[in-house]
Amino acid sequence: MAYVAPAEVDDIELHDPQSFITKYIWSQDHKVIALQYAATAIGIGLVALVLSLLMRLQLGFPGTFSFIDPSSYYQFVTMHGMIMVIYLLTALFLGGFGNYLIPLMCGARDMVFPYVNMLSYWLYLVAVLVLVASFFVPGGPTGAGWTLYPPQVILQGTPGHDWGIILMLVSLIIFIVAFTMGGLNYVTTVLQARTRGMTLMRMPLSVWGIFMATILALLAFPALFVSAVMLLLDRTLGTSFFMPAIISMGETLDYGGGNPLLFQHLFWFFGHPEVYIVALPAFGIVSDLLSVHARKNIFGYRMMVWAIVAIGVLSFVVWAHHMYVSGMNPLFGFFFATTTLIIAVPTAIKVYNWVLTLWRGDIHLTVPMLFAIAFILTFVVGGLTGLFLGNVVVDVPLSDTYFVVAHFHMVMGVAPILVVFGAIYHWYPKITGRMLNDAMGKFHFWVTFLGTYAIYFPMHYLGFVGVPRRYYSIEGTDFIPASAVTLNQSITIAAFIVGVVQILFIYNLIWSYFKGKPSGPNPWKATSLEWQTPQTPPVHGNWGPNRPLVYRWAYDYSVPGAAQDYLPQTMSPDDPIVGGHLGRGDEKDHHS
Amino acid sequence: MSIFRILATKPWERNEASLGDLHGGGELSLPTQKIGLFVFLSVVTVLFGLIAAANVMRMKFGDWQPLTDPQMLWVNTGVLAFSSLALQWASVSARRQNLKGLKIGFFLGGVLAVAFLAGQILVWRNLIDSGHVVLGNSANGFFYMITAIHGLHLLGGLWAWGKSAVRIGRGVEIRELRLGVELCTLYWHFLLLVWLGMFALLLRT
Repeated sequence: MAYVAPAEVDDIELHDPQSFITKYIWSQDHKVIALQYAATAIGIGLVALVLSLLMRLQLGFPGTFSFIDPSSYYQFVTMHGMIMVIYLLTALFLGGFGNYLIPLMCGARDMVFPYVNMLSYWLYLVAVLVLVASFFVPGGPTGAGWTLYPPQVILQGTPGHDWGIILMLVSLIIFIVAFTMGGLNYVTTVLQARTRGMTLMRMPLSVWGIFMATILALLAFPALFVSAVMLLLDRTLGTSFFMPAIISMGETLDYGGGNPLLFQHLFWFFGHPEVYIVALPAFGIVSDLLSVHARKNIFGYRMMVWAIVAIGVLSFVVWAHHMYVSGMNPLFGFFFATTTLIIAVPTAIKVYNWVLTLWRGDIHLTVPMLFAIAFILTFVVGGLTGLFLGNVVVDVPLSDTYFVVAHFHMVMGVAPILVVFGAIYHWYPKITGRMLNDAMGKFHFWVTFLGTYAIYFPMHYLGFVGVPRRYYSIEGTDFIPASAVTLNQSITIAAFIVGVVQILFIYNLIWSYFKGKPSGPNPWKATSLEWQTPQTPPVHGNWGPNRPLVYRWAYDYSVPGAAQDYLPQTMSPDDPIVGGHLGRGDEKDHHS
Repeated sequence: MSIFRILATKPWERNEASLGDLHGGGELSLPTQKIGLFVFLSVVTVLFGLIAAANVMRMKFGDWQPLTDPQMLWVNTGVLAFSSLALQWASVSARRQNLKGLKIGFFLGGVLAVAFLAGQILVWRNLIDSGHVVLGNSANGFFYMITAIHGLHLLGGLWAWGKSAVRIGRGVEIRELRLGVELCTLYWHFLLLVWLGMFALLLRT
């Protein structure tokens, strides 16, 4: 087979930063924007973490803490959920990792629309600030639950029904506009700005995951946008999109003719793809971590890509499995149960392929690898309970119990966060040029991993005995045994241990930035492009005078016949290190 | 190469090196800005599609009291169609290196778009004056929301139009104007289509 030199690619114009302000604040460099996104997301995520600990205080030791009344408890629940799902996970995976990795892994110099990209971050920051502002308005933030179901969301008696909910909805609308700006960049950059030789099927799975998740987000967020706008109009102008005729506290309200179920459909048409918006980048990143640290090519690369695409498509036809108890047509339930079970097939393929990647690999139990393996375990537990809940007849009795809480925290809380940690330990050397401290990292891993199991595993049992979720207090309910109360106490203690150990992680990030061991350009001996930059950390423009040439896929680890156990994507088949198998070998004379 | 062919390639195989290295960077031969616009248009399509779906779902209930269609909407629709047509003329002129045609078409398109927005506001005022309020009537609510969101999108388009207009005023070469004019035209056609869809929905109720 003849070997053809990679074709020319036009370079893009770069806007070189001139001053400190354009370099670090109003920066158009994707790496700076990525770090801004990540820092903001982690900052607001820590707020959500504290909120969850406050919730646990009430659940573990009801009545002990006078500052947690039912209203504030519901506000903690609501804001914890909303922040974690949207402002932390979505922003961190797409705005943070997406921004950092897409151009570097594709061999681009930057995103294709750097100015829009910058705007995306600043609007995201505005969204976060509006959200934070809702803590300080009269009445506090909304306490309607993260799903914001009408009619209760804007009725008297729901905490934050006057100001909190308005700020919440405005913040969501701004977030969606901000995300759309970023999303246009991610998709177009992946399509158009890849370097020579970087075909779609040579892209690392991280890029595939982020790419597909961005497409999902671009198509799903409009549903949240529409529902937020309509709910905002119901609240402020008195329209009746979702508000039925209603008597609240003895008073007949002006609303009439609205349909609350419509909101649920719109919300979950966004809400279910949202699960995969968070999960797909995690799937992609974890595939790369496993492959690098097991020194083995990813098992079934094509299957992995197909599964990502299939999950992306299917995620739009399963939304109503969140609504089995909403009173919708039961026949709908059977349709959505079927699609829900079908989506387990590509997901299971991915899990098998991760395990088969590890099989007979040269497994290095580095901190990123530990997190990656922990992800597989956690994701399997969360995924299996998803099969329970996907079936209508099993879901109905378990609905709104702690079983559901355990399920979604395992599958889209803990599992993606484990990947976030693994990814930070993995790419920190590229971002800063220094390694994170290994001892602190391992301690952080074991406490986080075992701790999250101590928190969420018992919740399955709480769910089975029928402890309802969202309740401020379960005292005085005869059917709940005393053991549930002590179990709640132990969960709270575990939650505090896990919460506290995150301080160590933050400390590690700061300490290693100054004192960490210098990492060199490629400490993990990885093949993908971001590890081949001329400088570490990469400078503005990423690649020096010439963009890299890509000759192979991202998973040439332990190639038989090669002189080293990894072949970077930039390594030409001519290179003597490559040896016979993947080289041009005897076909040299075809090349002119 | 079709997407299925691409997804069927086996990147780990030896002969892939020769196939893949032909790749020249962009997946599509369109200008990057145009692809960005296409991605954005698909987002907006979903947005209006969902609003339409919500509207249709709500219409099925017995208590739906449809709006009496204001006749003026027909006039506005015509204005928007001519606005789109004028921009098409500008686009064709740009391709034929006809600067004069480009200028007339482009400015006419913008002015007509502003006229359309003014017409929509007039419709709103008339409706409000005749007592069509949003309280307790979802049909009115949907009408105001759809026209508002559509109008905001057109306003965003006018911002991009303004940027191109400034460049035309500055006497930038026609070769460099072409992409901007084409993108505006595409966006206008798209918003016209969206409006026709939404108008049809209003007529059906």
